[in-house]
Amino acid sequence: MANKILVFVEQRNNEIKKSSLETVKAGAEFAKELNAEVEAVVVGGDIADFNSIAKYGVPKVTHIKNQDLNVYTSSGYAQVLSDFANETGADLLLFANSAMGRDLSPRVAVKVDAGIVADCVGFTFENGEVIATHPVYAGKALTDVKINSPKKIFTIRPNTFNLGDAADATAEVSVKEVDNVNTSVKVVDITRASDKLDVAEASIIVSGGRGMGGPENYAMLEELAGLLGGAVGASRAAVDAGWRPHSDQVGQTGKTVSPNLYIACGISGAIQHMAGMRTSKYIVAINKDPEAPIFTIADYGITGDLFEVVPALIEEIKKG
Amino acid sequence: MKIAVCVSHVPDTAAKINVGADEKSIDKNGVSFIINPYDEYAVEEALKTKEALGGEVVVISLGGDEVKETIRKALAMGADSGVHLKKEGYFDSYATAKALAEELKAQNAEMVFFGKQSIDFDSGVVGQMVAEMLGYNSVSVVVDLKIEGNNIRAEREIEGGKEVVETTLPAVITAQKGLNEPRYASLRGIMQAKKKTIEEKEALTGDSRVELLKMRKPAPKAPGKILGSDASVVPELVRLLKEEAKVI
Repeated sequence: MANKILVFVEQRNNEIKKSSLETVKAGAEFAKELNAEVEAVVVGGDIADFNSIAKYGVPKVTHIKNQDLNVYTSSGYAQVLSDFANETGADLLLFANSAMGRDLSPRVAVKVDAGIVADCVGFTFENGEVIATHPVYAGKALTDVKINSPKKIFTIRPNTFNLGDAADATAEVSVKEVDNVNTSVKVVDITRASDKLDVAEASIIVSGGRGMGGPENYAMLEELAGLLGGAVGASRAAVDAGWRPHSDQVGQTGKTVSPNLYIACGISGAIQHMAGMRTSKYIVAINKDPEAPIFTIADYGITGDLFEVVPALIEEIKKG
Repeated sequence: MKIAVCVSHVPDTAAKINVGADEKSIDKNGVSFIINPYDEYAVEEALKTKEALGGEVVVISLGGDEVKETIRKALAMGADSGVHLKKEGYFDSYATAKALAEELKAQNAEMVFFGKQSIDFDSGVVGQMVAEMLGYNSVSVVVDLKIEGNNIRAEREIEGGKEVVETTLPAVITAQKGLNEPRYASLRGIMQAKKKTIEEKEALTGDSRVELLKMRKPAPKAPGKILGSDASVVPELVRLLKEEAKVI
């Protein structure tokens, strides 16, 4: 049972993140299924346009403001969010399972005395109860769980809810000024690896493994990913060889991902790798070895030389 | 300084996972267990912290008797003593955090290390919950750490970059790959670990808030199409991605 749902909407550099809009969409769906109220909360920043939140189904938005909240502070965000949840009587909180969501939501869970399930990839609703699906062992198995405490928190894996079309709607925004923000944990600097899309959030991933032969050959995967608006991933073999950073690694000791399209190039398909990407909606495998396990989960396979197939794919996509 | 590191005992990454007859846990038959890979970075960082600042390192693990093997592994790497919080069966993140927080309070640990997540239940929330329960600061998914006096400067991984975070002791840090290179246990370390104490205690978890209804294998994927063995099938692949899958 839930009476009031609160969706945490994350801003970075005053921009609302796509994974948060997916969470907004989830919040609207939860409200309908559970016959509950839903509202969204944004902490800090100087947001030009809140309407995107309304367009994905949650018109009621509170913007909590204080200059100390403009950059992320886990202590401050946990404090103002928990206070707000308690004031509004929210009993079900949703976060994106992003770097911030996963850092922040457990602290909020303890503050508001909620049970928490992180990294959910699906939900069903039975008699007013939420049954969440949470992958375990990097996706080698799934668990169906429910939270029995009166207050509940779920974090949702990016790409679980497809945004689809935005409705025409306008947000009703209330601003809440707060003071005495606890900044005992504070972000003082952010270093960006350019404006590169992270594999955890990308809806298309072009990934390379040992078959890439060396770091220099990833340029063509970068080009392909660029054309498709996706990100480049890597297998553990490629990361261990020092070809790619660990932040690109897909699999059990890297990131578990669920993009719409996963193109595996020169990846044989170790158990730990497949566990981390098998929930992708479509999988393309390009590998010389027709016996490679990756073909057992690929929707489309080409058992050929990636050094011929990938350039041909780039040319074909450029044709439009 | 009292330094604690919390470790879990998990199936090897190469292990095939099958669901047990109870449909609530895995079939452990033929599965080899290891120290959670991210916890190795946590143990290493705890040992480096001790080497730089002095103090002692206590290793804590929650679970059945089998977790002692993982505690011994951390002791062989160089930790000073172990605590085994005994509890069988399923317990959720909240219950895990509660039991660990109770023990850390008793230990009066000023600096607490975790792996960023255990690779069995993959939640990645216990470290931060423990911090909140203890009223400690926390930084999760850390790839670089500097402690000077009471001050901590940590880099944590975020989407497409890193955040530099400043905070103070006492604190909980959760370790990500890249933080350090974990040392191997030397033969001497392994021998010494046998003599180190592992204290056994009842785990004060309280009740789990999350109920595990069912564990299951993901639905098998229908066999896909092999389009061909060279670049000549690329136009067909692109057509399928556009028209059938509708993903590009």
